[in-house]
Amino acid sequence: MKEVSKVIRNLVLFTAIVSSLQSFAFSEGQDEGAVDTKEEVSEYINHHIKDSHDFHLFSYTNAEGERKHVGFPLPVIVWSSNGLATFMSSEFHHDDNGEVIVEKNGSKFVKLHSKIYELEAGATSVNLDESHHATNAHKVLDFSITKSVVGILLVGLFMLWAFSSLARQYKNKNVPTGFGRVLEPLVIYVRDEIAKPNIGEKKYRQFTGYLLTVFFFIWILNLLGLTPFGFNVTGQLAVTAALAILTLIIYTFSGNKDYWMHMLWMPGVPVLIRPVLAIIELAGAFLIKPFSLLVRLFANISAGHIVVMSLIAIMFTLKDSLGVAGATGLSLILSFFITLIEVLVAFLQAYIFTMLSALFIGMAVAEHDHEHHHDAEGHEIPDEEDVRADFI
Amino acid sequence: MYNLIGAGLIVIGAGIGLGQIGGKAMEGIARQPEATGKIQTAMIIIAALLEGLAFGALFLGK
Amino acid sequence: METLINDFSPGLFVVQIILLLGLIFLLVKFAWKPILNSLDERETGIQEALAAAERAKAEMQNLQADNDRMLQEARAEREAMLKEAREIKEKMIADSKEQAKIEGDKMIKQAQETIESEKKAAVAELKSQVAELSVSIAEKVIKEELSGKDKQLQLVEKMLGDIKLN
Repeated sequence: MKEVSKVIRNLVLFTAIVSSLQSFAFSEGQDEGAVDTKEEVSEYINHHIKDSHDFHLFSYTNAEGERKHVGFPLPVIVWSSNGLATFMSSEFHHDDNGEVIVEKNGSKFVKLHSKIYELEAGATSVNLDESHHATNAHKVLDFSITKSVVGILLVGLFMLWAFSSLARQYKNKNVPTGFGRVLEPLVIYVRDEIAKPNIGEKKYRQFTGYLLTVFFFIWILNLLGLTPFGFNVTGQLAVTAALAILTLIIYTFSGNKDYWMHMLWMPGVPVLIRPVLAIIELAGAFLIKPFSLLVRLFANISAGHIVVMSLIAIMFTLKDSLGVAGATGLSLILSFFITLIEVLVAFLQAYIFTMLSALFIGMAVAEHDHEHHHDAEGHEIPDEEDVRADFI
Repeated sequence: MYNLIGAGLIVIGAGIGLGQIGGKAMEGIARQPEATGKIQTAMIIIAALLEGLAFGALFLGK
Repeated sequence: METLINDFSPGLFVVQIILLLGLIFLLVKFAWKPILNSLDERETGIQEALAAAERAKAEMQNLQADNDRMLQEARAEREAMLKEAREIKEKMIADSKEQAKIEGDKMIKQAQETIESEKKAAVAELKSQVAELSVSIAEKVIKEELSGKDKQLQLVEKMLGDIKLN
């Protein structure tokens, strides 16, 4: 009991620090001489949940009334119609409205809503229609080291360091010490609670590496998203799509004969229904499963970020009706509790993604060595596993 | 505007569904406390599936 | 949906796929494989240790049972030996008693036989002596008779008196 209360206290402390730092980061970015506060806030939030090409820490207005941004630029690598072009994002001078044009390799680039566009030949400035879409520019393939890529690299390096040092510890002694003592139960948890029960005792081993990597990758990135650095990596559709498609590839290529048989030519149902079922099953395996995986993670994390930032924004939006102290207090209390929930969600989403991946893989490699029971009319009585498979 | 109404409907539906899941899981746990772990796992999976559905619908409408 | 597709960055997708594959490869090679192997090793080690402890316990129990059995056997053996000894003792006593009795009887019989034969011998001697005496008396009587009648009678009287004493 004492341990539990200690853990809870530490968690509360951690969240309090995180949420206060977040409001700090947020308020720093917010004093842009806001006229219409609500719109400023929603624009800020929309900007935040997108990827960005520079690492922005905070901004301030100096004595001369000049706007100063503190952070560091990141390299931009784009594949344009004239080939590869690389430059630093600082060349855009923090412009995000397509006003600054950078010329490289004969192509003109602008940055518009965190995306890099290449102007059509002959155009000298970007034209926008009423819904802020560029009419005379097109998107380029953007391989830049964006903020998300920086986050991925940081987490990747951290994981490599942490887990290879844990692996090294086993060489000398049986029981890890220090930080490894925290990591070991987590590894065992993923292996025993996620991989083994869903894939099965016999085959879990070859997929555990992937599941462990994905679990820790998502979890650490989710937690990183709660820090005031403003990473929103797992809230990027491209990142979650990559994760989901990797799962799709794994369970498609490790599927055994039974899996394909049950998908394409379902045994035990009338022949006429089989093609219909095959279409449903194919759609389920190749569209619905990965789509639900990628959208769930993306939406949960994005929604979490939006909610936390909106609650922090109460500080500004309700300043007039509640007073400075009231608005700040309300916003701190609400954002504190929501951040507490987000810490849980960060774990839960990593768990669910890994769990469902393991489930899908388990369904693909399941041995149907059990004889299907048939009742008097020759219909198959669905067993537990089939029911579960249909359900998902 | 219609988007928002749709989003509201989705949230109502998902809320009812989540309530059902949680309530039934609680009943199950109360009936068989020794199966708590299994029930929780199943509950989280089904809740996640429902959530995926709801989010999918929300983002299709966005 | 449109916003979603608009937000999707193919470049980031490619970068993420490459980085993730690299990360999985490196982690599997340098972390997960050794970690899982060591965990498995440790778990089998623990399992084996437990099994060994169980075996040792069973063995101990066996040993204990053996000891008990041996003790029981020894006790039974001792009991049997004591019983046997007692029996032997009793038998020996009985035997010796029997022997003694037989010996005694034999000795008594011998003694009786000896006595009988002695008696016979004595009677025989007595008979012979009596005969001799009678003969000598008769001789003397005959001699006396030859000398005088009175004297002969006197002598017979005297001799008879002597014989009675005998």
